[in-house]
Parts: sequence; structure tokens; C-alpha cells
Amino acid sequence: MSTRVARMGRADAAGAWMPDDSGPAPVRIVVAYGFWIFLISDVIMFSALFATYAVLSGRTAGGPSGHELFDLRRVAVQTLCLLFSSYTCGLGVLAIDRRRLRAFLVCFALTFVLGGAFLGLELSEFWGLVARGAGPSRSAFLSAFFTLVGLHGVHISVGLLWLGFMVAQVASKGPRAFVLRRVHCFGLFWHALDIIWVALLSLVYLMGMR
Amino acid sequence: MTTKREAPDASSDESALGADPGAPGASIMTYTAGLVFALLLTGASFLVAHSHVLWGPGLPVGLAVLAIAQMGVHLVFFLHISSGPDNTNNAIALAFGVLIVTLIVSGSLWIMANLNANMMAPSAVIEMQR
Repeated sequence: MSTRVARMGRADAAGAWMPDDSGPAPVRIVVAYGFWIFLISDVIMFSALFATYAVLSGRTAGGPSGHELFDLRRVAVQTLCLLFSSYTCGLGVLAIDRRRLRAFLVCFALTFVLGGAFLGLELSEFWGLVARGAGPSRSAFLSAFFTLVGLHGVHISVGLLWLGFMVAQVASKGPRAFVLRRVHCFGLFWHALDIIWVALLSLVYLMGMR
Repeated sequence: MTTKREAPDASSDESALGADPGAPGASIMTYTAGLVFALLLTGASFLVAHSHVLWGPGLPVGLAVLAIAQMGVHLVFFLHISSGPDNTNNAIALAFGVLIVTLIVSGSLWIMANLNANMMAPSAVIEMQR
């Protein structure tokens, strides 16, 4: 991988390019930047689905509306699960930075359990909706709802899979630089999913309960 | 096994592996502060949605403000977006992302609301075809 592209520099008073004396940016910075770009593209994809949902949220085709379908208590538990899993994920990344393997494993195990609980609650919600005849084919509102919330759930599932791979890599290869970079990218991914959930909670569930 | 773990990492050009500070500005304190702020804002969102603290028609604006504040808390305390020199590129990319997201969401809502307002009711179309 070439890090030359990311060389830091600045223009001097005359506008000429002056290379910084710090040299090329470290791989850690370049990798995090690349992953950051991916996360932003992911958020832009979500924004298209958010716009779709906002346009279609009133089109219930005579079917049930969000007010009748959503269970805010379940949603509150889901929110807490995801928020605390974000916290334990951050603590786990800190622990592996300081080479504390046991603390890392405990934190990531907690993250996995909390993420799994979130996913279980979401699946039971979907199952209950389909059983009540409010599946994605019922109305435009429900199609948009299942697409938007389901895509977030798919991201959480992929994140849990990735989390498992990261624990296995740390256990087998030790806290080496390239493993640490991957753990950092996973942390960014997991925190970004929490940000998307904040938007989901406000737009879909809390506004839908009005 | 232990000697293998201490071997230098060939795929990396970071020589001082032990000196790798991780993300700057990350500590247990920042994560805990972020968690507390996020919990407070989430609680406020639920409270506002459940009760009549806010004037009814102002509710969407209130929820949007709380949601954006919480996203800011997540960005600063969990994702460590800062104004530091090695964070400039990330902040610029984020600003560009926010621009695109705003264009997509507000543009879609605007266009669709306009179409809805200008759409003829189906009964009027049938009337014209007679």
C-alpha cells in the first residue's frame, strides 16, 4: 500500500507546495481515513432510504399505521442495548490499544451479547408484524419500514460476524499493528451504526407514535 | 508461539509498534462522558415524544434537534472527530457527506410534496375523460 498519496503538506505564502517535514502520514491514519470514506458512503445510501420512508410514511393503504404497530418499550430496550454495546466496544478498543487482552475479550464479549440482544428484539418485532398481517407487502409505508429498519439489522448482523472474526484474529495473531487497525475500523463501523439508529429511532419510531 | 508474537510486523511500516497511541483523545473518561450525554439526550427524546412538554406541531423540530445533538455527541466522544491536524481530511469528508445527505433528504421531500400538491385527484381525471 502506498502512503505517499496521503503526505501532509501546506502551501506557503506564495502558493507553492511545501512538503511537511513530518513525512507521509502513518498507515493507521490512512486506513482510518479510507474506512471513514466508506462509512460516509454507507450513510449516504441510508439517507436515500430515509428519504423514501419520510415520503411514504403516511401511505398505509388502509392498513395499520405506525401508531398501532410500534411498541416503544421494546424500542427503548433496543436503544439501550445498542448504546451500551457502543460503549463496551469503545472500551474494548482502548483495552487492546493498551495491550490488555483479557479486558478486550470481556468488552467485546459484552458488545456481542448486547448486539445479539438488539438483533433478537428486532427479529421478534418483524416476526410479530408479519404474523399480524402487517408484512412488507401490506402497504407502501410497511415496505419502506422493513427496507430501512431491515437494512440496519443486516448491518448489525454483519458487524457481529466481523466482531467474531476480530476476536479470533486477536486471539490467534496477538495485538499486532495490522490486527489493531482492523479492530479500530470495526469500532468506527459499530459507532456509525449507533448514529444511524439514533436517526431511525427519532424519525421512524418516535415520530411514528405521534 | 511467544517468539512469533514478538516478531516485528512485516506488513506495517510503523517501526515503533509499542508507541502507537491509538486514536488521540480516546480515554475511558471520554467514552463515559459520551455515554452519559447520549443517555440524557435519548431520555429527553422519549420524554418529549411521550408527554406534552412541547407544543404539538413543534414536536418534529424538537425531536430533530435532539437527534442531531446526539449524533454530534456520538461523533465527538465515540468517533473522535476533532479539529486536530490529522483529522482535517476526516472532517472535510464528513462535511461533504452531510451536504449530500441534506440534498438527498430535503430534495426528495420537497419534490414529492410539490408533486402531491399538484396532483389531480383520481375522480377529477375520470371526470375529464368523459
